[in-house]
Amino acid sequence: MYADWPLLSLVVWTPIFGGILVLLAGDKEPSGARKIALVVSIVTFLLTLPLYSQFNTETHLMQFVERQDWIAAFNIEYYLGIDGISMPLILLTSFTTVIVVISAWDVIQYRASQYFAAFLIMEGFMIGTFSALDSILFYIFFEAMLIPMFLVIGIWGGVNRIYATLKFFLYTFIGSVLMLVALIYMYTQSGSFAIFDFHHLKLNLTEQVLIFLAFLVAFAVKVPMWPVHTWLPDAHVEAPTGGSVILAAIMLKIGGYGFLRFSLPITPDASAELDWLIITMSLTAVVYIGFVALVQRDMKKLIAYSSIAHMGFVTLGFFIVFRIMNSGYGDQGAALALEGGMVQMVSHGFISGAMFLCVGVMYDRMHSRQIADYGGVANTMPVFAAFMVFFAMANAGLPGTSGFVGEFMVILASFKASFWIAFLAALTLILGAAYTLWMIKRVIFGEVANDNVAALSDINKREFLFLALLALAVLGLGLWPDPLVEVMHPTIDNLLNHIANPKI
Amino acid sequence: MTAEFMQPDLMPALPEMVMLAMTCLVLVVDLFLPQEKRGFTLLLSIATLALAIAAVIAVAPVTAVSSFGGSFVLDQLAVVLKIATCGVTILVFVYSRDYLADNDMYKGEYYVLGLFATLGMMIMISAHSFLLIYLGLELLSLALYAMIAFNRNSPSASEAAMKYFVLGAMASGLLLYGISIFYGITGTLDLNQLSAAVNSQLSQHPIALGFALTFIVVGLCFKLGAVPFHMWLPDVYQGAPTSVTLFIGTAPKIAGFAMAIRLLVDGLGDLQVDWSQMLTVLAIASMALGNIIAIAQTNFKRMLAYSTISHVGFILLGLLSTTANGYASAMFYTITYTLTAAVAFGVLLVLNRKGCEAENIGDLSGLNDSNPWYAALLAIAMFSMAGVPPTVGFYAKLTVLQAVIQVDLLGLAVVAVLFSVIGLFYYLRVIKVMYFDKPAAEQTTTIKEALDVKVLLSANSLSLILLGVFPSSLMAYCILAFS
Repeated sequence: MYADWPLLSLVVWTPIFGGILVLLAGDKEPSGARKIALVVSIVTFLLTLPLYSQFNTETHLMQFVERQDWIAAFNIEYYLGIDGISMPLILLTSFTTVIVVISAWDVIQYRASQYFAAFLIMEGFMIGTFSALDSILFYIFFEAMLIPMFLVIGIWGGVNRIYATLKFFLYTFIGSVLMLVALIYMYTQSGSFAIFDFHHLKLNLTEQVLIFLAFLVAFAVKVPMWPVHTWLPDAHVEAPTGGSVILAAIMLKIGGYGFLRFSLPITPDASAELDWLIITMSLTAVVYIGFVALVQRDMKKLIAYSSIAHMGFVTLGFFIVFRIMNSGYGDQGAALALEGGMVQMVSHGFISGAMFLCVGVMYDRMHSRQIADYGGVANTMPVFAAFMVFFAMANAGLPGTSGFVGEFMVILASFKASFWIAFLAALTLILGAAYTLWMIKRVIFGEVANDNVAALSDINKREFLFLALLALAVLGLGLWPDPLVEVMHPTIDNLLNHIANPKI
Repeated sequence: MTAEFMQPDLMPALPEMVMLAMTCLVLVVDLFLPQEKRGFTLLLSIATLALAIAAVIAVAPVTAVSSFGGSFVLDQLAVVLKIATCGVTILVFVYSRDYLADNDMYKGEYYVLGLFATLGMMIMISAHSFLLIYLGLELLSLALYAMIAFNRNSPSASEAAMKYFVLGAMASGLLLYGISIFYGITGTLDLNQLSAAVNSQLSQHPIALGFALTFIVVGLCFKLGAVPFHMWLPDVYQGAPTSVTLFIGTAPKIAGFAMAIRLLVDGLGDLQVDWSQMLTVLAIASMALGNIIAIAQTNFKRMLAYSTISHVGFILLGLLSTTANGYASAMFYTITYTLTAAVAFGVLLVLNRKGCEAENIGDLSGLNDSNPWYAALLAIAMFSMAGVPPTVGFYAKLTVLQAVIQVDLLGLAVVAVLFSVIGLFYYLRVIKVMYFDKPAAEQTTTIKEALDVKVLLSANSLSLILLGVFPSSLMAYCILAFS
């Protein structure tokens, strides 16, 4: 029944127009804006469900394709479609936005309509980024989402919000403009902006290396990879809870998605040539940033650094494939690495979102993010403590949670490339457990530290709802990751075939 | 040989004649109007511009026609640019009404001067001989000198007018000097004949031609405000009454672009290797200096002046690629830039009220609290100037970059985008002030604005998004103009 519907366009534009509606509703009727926002976000989520249920897992070809001339002068098209790597991320986006709307329900009082509108419009742009198959369309969504995020951090953020939000915008912008130059260059070579035409465009090694570096700057800033990660802790600490959740759960994934959609297939030879660079950066993120996370005093900063470390796994999984293929283990191992990276992205979306929400729940009560201000929260908030400990375990990669699956797949695959890479990557299991559990010990367990903690009240129904939804997702993906892996399998296989053939 | 007087075909110049006749009418009618009926002058001025647009559309030819012995052309380029010029001038007149009324400048002469300036621009756009280009330019400049000094009680305005007059006269002198050398070598003022003559004389007088070209480029860049000939721009933008700054910052850019196309492309196309190199240096210098110095500005008008300089750099980038594509992209950039600048100055004008001149960036603080709608309109303009999608500024930059990369100037494209990142910073700062800062205590009064201004300003600002999402139609006209 959905066959003729322009489902992807609906999913992209419903939240954007919904957001404008929320903006127009204004703040005169306090509950009006957020009710519309909730309805719009739920409708969008329901609209994304058929993308999964109607998805054909037999083919690597693009599905739900919509293609229309847009700017004829430059052969730019309105070209949407999804495959196994973009579909899970779209579902993640629409799911997370519902959670964010619920979590902000009556926490945000100042200009609530603008807050909800920003998140809905951002949702539309992010889904657009994941489904765009024309590179200019991709770029427009990619850049446009910075505007609402810039405002969210700047208006509703913490004390140092202006510094953080300007840094966030400038960092991401400088990365993406170089990508724009690369895109235009490929257009002058191929006469089209369609991403698949770029995939099949012949490029010599010099061109590939330059294009690869341009993409690397754009996506590495977004992921973020060490050493261009410094904007993330600032942005996370200053952003309101919802902003942190979207930032960690989805925006970072756009960098990872970009590597899969652009870097690997467009510049396979340069990627193979320079994979040492990415692997080094990823392992540095895993190990060094893991240690940095250990010494943080601010909970949000700790989770932000843990995000960087976890995203290091994603990039490691994506770029280790060349070594696996060369080592004689063939495509099986390489597929494991790519799929591991993808699972890690989705899982990190749930877990980091949940961790930031947990900190948000405490912050709303205590107005502090400092670990030292807490202690013994489990005594006054037992239900909440159960959730937080569960998410912390998932963050540390406990088997049975989604956090374990992705990390395990990537480590397993790394062994086929090199023992030492795998060894360094596996350190995360120790480091992750160390920084997460140590924080839990100091915040949740022990004696009640002070009067403020003693006065805490446990989570209400609304908070229970969004934490429970996320806990279900984390557990579900951890126990039975097959549906996710199955969806992406043909796409990943096709991608591996593509990058195995030199382009020069 | 008896010289026979040929009656020139007057039809192509119909819009200019309508404009001239109506302007004289406005001048006379205004004499008999009491101050409280000044609105009629404005209405008549707007009618003049609307009639001129109608006349342009009525006489728009399929292929280019020329008249007055080849010194006047009406082609696709002229049609589009004239409509844009008149349209933007209408916006300027409407936006500035309340500001003029509040500052004792609500006089008929303002509109008469504005209309004469517009007439000068229309002549520049259609001119196809050195003489006519110069006449159009001087008509524009003289009107602008007077407009800047319109508030004669303001020392800063007088200073700005003086500065503009002296430097403008010098620029005209340089331009004339270049023209005279060309005349000396080729013996003609007509651009078509000039083009042919330059082609045949190129091997004989390469140095003299290059010398003359340099003066032409310098004169041109003075008028456009490219570095290092930009000195007058910040002072004039800041010193002039805001309504005049709005005018200077918009329509004359279109005329300047037309002049560049007529002189460099139509007339001196054979020297394009030379001028394209000169423009490369000027473009990089403009983007660098404009963007970097704008960061340090606290005065909003002065910041926009430096921002203009950097945008001129981008326009030159389109020109120097010397392809039809490049000219079309520069044209698109110019037109959309004037629309964007109109919004920025328009919002500033609305915020200006008797006794409180809003011109520092700090005056915008907390605008989102007191007036979310105007804050949003200005934010759109700022994002468009910064080139952030989905606004039209992004698409304009995309087309220019595409033209530059097409001729393998990859390095230049990278320089351009890096400077636009620097530029992003000061545009974001304006948004930061509006959205993140709290308003100063005395500024909490909301703006009482006229409905027509609000509607027009909103449409103007939203068109930046609309054109950003659907740039095809305007782009098609720009491409047609150079095909």
